[in-house]
Amino acid sequence: MIDSIGSRLQRLARPGSGWRAASPAGRGVRRRVVPLLLMVLLCPELADAAPGAVETSAAAWWVWPLALFVVCFFLGIIAVPAGVGGGVLFVPLVSGFFPFHLDYVRGAGLLVALSSALAAGPSLLRSGLANMRVALPLALIASCSSMFGALLGLALPDSVVRIALGIAILGIVAVMLLARKSEYPEVPSSDRLALALGMNGVFVDGASGQQVAWRMHRTPQGLALFLFIGVLAGMFGLGAGWANVPALNLVMGAPLKVAAGSSSFILSLVDSSAAWVYLNNGAVLPVIAAPSVIGMMLGAKIGARLLHVLKASVIRRLVIVMLLFAGGRALMVGLGIGI
Amino acid sequence: MNTKGIEPEQIRYAEWLRWSGWLGLAVLVGAFGLYVSGVLPPVIPVEHLPQIWGLPSRELMQRHELEGGWSWIHSLGRGDMLNLLGIAILSGCSALPLLAVTDIYLRRGDRLFAALCLLQVAVLVLAASGLIAPGH
Repeated sequence: MIDSIGSRLQRLARPGSGWRAASPAGRGVRRRVVPLLLMVLLCPELADAAPGAVETSAAAWWVWPLALFVVCFFLGIIAVPAGVGGGVLFVPLVSGFFPFHLDYVRGAGLLVALSSALAAGPSLLRSGLANMRVALPLALIASCSSMFGALLGLALPDSVVRIALGIAILGIVAVMLLARKSEYPEVPSSDRLALALGMNGVFVDGASGQQVAWRMHRTPQGLALFLFIGVLAGMFGLGAGWANVPALNLVMGAPLKVAAGSSSFILSLVDSSAAWVYLNNGAVLPVIAAPSVIGMMLGAKIGARLLHVLKASVIRRLVIVMLLFAGGRALMVGLGIGI
Repeated sequence: MNTKGIEPEQIRYAEWLRWSGWLGLAVLVGAFGLYVSGVLPPVIPVEHLPQIWGLPSRELMQRHELEGGWSWIHSLGRGDMLNLLGIAILSGCSALPLLAVTDIYLRRGDRLFAALCLLQVAVLVLAASGLIAPGH
């Protein structure tokens, strides 16, 4: 079934007739998917779906979980071409437009990000794009701080977390808009810590077939950054890939592909630690977590097939708009300003 | 996939992670099917879910007299609690691969990375222990 859906979407978004061209096939995809997503975001009924309004809802219990599955399915499709993780889309959108308390949304968000990282991890490790010598020290620091972040997030009042989440999401948008990417950063020399940890290697660039030798620097600064990243990941239930990759690539000098691959590996450890805190404190509801994880993973499988046919920049712009809207909404809900 | 030139610990970690990740996902999917189909009765009836999923987690636990930590393990015969087994496997599935590669590091004499692996396992165990809880 997944194959037939993926094939159908691929036919609708053929190369040269996908999102960028004005062909009937490309317009077909835009006509179907984009309005559906915008409808979900802008539907006035959903604006009343903040926690607290749920007691007056007469919908059957399965309606919201089914809607969650569908939304996560589409998020999974666009997350891969947009180059963002599931968590960074999931938490702001679901917390803003579904009647679930933020505790469960964050718990589910961590599991969504974790599942994506676990799905991608093995192939990234086997290809050498994830590097354990880079990831393990950073993951250790970040997983400790993510537990603290999770505790902090569960202890703070809901409104405070929403305001902080809104600010964080808008910050993520800024990072996505402003952060440069350097495919092969220039690293004049490794620092002593990077040398001691063996943060260097060689990987084969799949696109060019070239062997690329790389090394890293600014390791103490990187460790400090990951300490902070772990707190954010645990507190907001976000995957933190949006921060890991720039930290590894721009600060520590890892090639972009190694940064992205190692980020996924780091996520699998950081989000595991934080997820346990949510699980042990009753902040994981199966009726929210399970459809989220399953929907996102099914969607990501299709999104990976569409990676070559969808124009990533268009999807990325759509994601930025969605995040802007969701971040603004989180701020306004936290400040008690109605929409 | 050509794994030539890739460190053996990465290959081993990848293999263990692949199987443990799929196991967690399979348990979660199966348990969720049993839960929503009603085959296994849940602790919280599904019809009550819309009334409680907007509550903070602490309040939900108080209202339904649920204990935190690993108390759910005693209720695996209930649909909602069985899902937590799948979630626990997913959350803990990095621990075994870490232990599996510690052996490779030790045999190579790389005590630093063996220690890092064990420390990471310790962090995961601490997180999973239920000892960490927000203050009331």
